[in-house]
Amino acid sequence: MIELNDVHKYFGQLHVLKGITNHIDQGEVVVIIGPSGSGKSTLLRCINYLEEPTKGEIVVDGIKLNHLATNINRVRQEVGMVFQSFNLFPHMTVIDNITLAPKKVRGLSSAAAADIARELLDKVGLLDKADAYPRQLSGGQQQRVAIARALAMRPKAMLFDEPTSALDPEMIGEVLDVMKNLAKDGMTMVVVTHEMGFAREVGDRVIFIDDGKIVEEGEPEQVFFRPRNERTQAFLSKIL
Amino acid sequence: MAISDWLVIPEILPLMLSGLRVTVVITFFSVLTGLFIGTVVGLARLSNSRLLRALTTAYVEIIRGTPLMVQLFLVYYALPEIGIHLPPMIAGWTAYSINSGAYVSEVVRGGIQSIDRGQMEAARSLGMSWWQAMRYVVLPQAFRNIMPPLGNEFIMLLKDSSLMAVIAVPEVMRYANLMVGRKGGYALPIYVTSGLLYLALTLPLSLVVRRAERGLAKGDRA
Ligand SMILES: Nc1ncnc2c1ncn2[C@@H]1O[C@H](COP(=O)(O)OP(=O)(O)O)[C@@H](O)[C@H]1O
Ligand SMILES: [Mg+2]
Repeated sequence: MIELNDVHKYFGQLHVLKGITNHIDQGEVVVIIGPSGSGKSTLLRCINYLEEPTKGEIVVDGIKLNHLATNINRVRQEVGMVFQSFNLFPHMTVIDNITLAPKKVRGLSSAAAADIARELLDKVGLLDKADAYPRQLSGGQQQRVAIARALAMRPKAMLFDEPTSALDPEMIGEVLDVMKNLAKDGMTMVVVTHEMGFAREVGDRVIFIDDGKIVEEGEPEQVFFRPRNERTQAFLSKIL
Repeated sequence: MAISDWLVIPEILPLMLSGLRVTVVITFFSVLTGLFIGTVVGLARLSNSRLLRALTTAYVEIIRGTPLMVQLFLVYYALPEIGIHLPPMIAGWTAYSINSGAYVSEVVRGGIQSIDRGQMEAARSLGMSWWQAMRYVVLPQAFRNIMPPLGNEFIMLLKDSSLMAVIAVPEVMRYANLMVGRKGGYALPIYVTSGLLYLALTLPLSLVVRRAERGLAKGDRA
C-alpha cells in the first residue's frame, strides 16, 4: 500500500530523514513513536507529498510520487491526513468542512456529498453538530470532524500526526475510539502517537524513529516491553 | 468677508453634489479594479516563481515610491505622446487603479500570510489544487481580515481623488475651483463646503471600519 525506499529529506543543511525504507501493507495499522524533532511529522508529510523528499522513492497504492501536480493531487485524494491542530476551516460549518473536497475534487453533487458527510458524522458521533461552526466545538469534537472530513474523500489510507496531543486528557478517549473503530474496519493507518493503549489494542506494528532513522520496529508488545535497542529503551523509560 | 458670503453655498451645492457623485463613483471603481490587481499581485508576490516575485515587487515599490500626482500626469499627459489618448475620467480611473493595486496587494499579501499554514495544508491534503485551496479556504478567511484595511484604502483614495481636478475630471474639487474662479472669490465658503462634503463620507466610513476592526478582534478571541 505504501512503499518507502531510502527516503531522505533535507531542510537546507539540516538532514532530517536519513534513509527511511519500509513497506506498509493494506489494512495494516502502524504506530510511529520517537523523540520530538526526530522526523516523524516530516515522514508523514512526505507520504502525502506536503514535503518533497530530497532523495528516495515513495509509492502509494501503486502510484509513484513525482513532481507532476496531477499525480500529487491524485495521491492526496487517496491518502487522508489528520493533524495535531485539527485545521478545520473556521469559516465553514461542520458539514461544509466535510463536503467541500468531495464536491470540488471528486465532483460529487451537493446532495451526494451531504449524504456521505452525514453518514460519517454519525460514525464519529457528531450528527447533531452538522450545522455548528468549528469554534463552537470542543477540541475532541473538532478532531472527530477532521477525521470525518478526511474520510469523506474515501481514502485508501489515513495518516495521523499526533492526533490527540493537543487535546485535554478527558477528550483523548473519544478520538482514540473513533480511530480504533476505523482500524477495526480495516483502514490502512499510519499513526504518530505515544498513546500506548491505542498501539497495543489495534497496532500491528510499532516503529521507533530516532534522528531520522528507523531504529527499531516490531509488534507493539515487543517494542514497548522488550525493546532490543538501547535508544528505544532510553526513550521509553522517559515517556512511560 | 461678510456673513452673507456664506449664502453662496445653496447656490453652488447642486454642482458640488454632482461632483461628489463623480468622486464616489470613480473611487469605487478604482478600488474595485485595485482589489483585482492587488489580489493577483499579492498572490504573485507569494508565489514560488522568482521572476514573478521580482516583477511584482518592482511594481509595488515603484508605485509606492512615486507621488500619485506623477502617476496621474504620466497617464493623462504622457501617454498621448505615444499615441494613447484617454478621456479624463478613464485616465483617472486607470492611474488610481494601478496606484491602489500596489497598496491593496500589500494588504492582500498580509491577509493571506495571517492565515495559518495548516489551512492550506489541510486543503491540499484533501486533494485540492493550490488554486482550489486558495479560492475556497484561504482567501475567504483572508478577505475577512482585510476588509478594514481595504476600507481605509477606500477612504485614502476618496480623499486623493481630489487630485483629479487637475486633469479636469468633474469631481468635487474641480467644481470648487471653477466656482471660485467664476465668482472671483468666496474661496472660504466654497472650500469649506468641499471639505465638509468629503468629511460627510469619510467620517461614517471610518466609523464602520473601526467597528469592523473591533468585531474582528473580538471574533479572534472567541
Ligand atoms: N519546514 C521546515 N523547515 C526547516 N526545518 C524543518 C521544517 N520542518 C521540520 N523541520 C525540522 O526537522 C526536524 C524534524 O521535525 P519533525 O519532522 O517535525 O519532527 P517530529 O515530528 O518527530 O517532532 C526538526 O529539527 C525540525 O525543526
Ligand atoms: Mg511532529
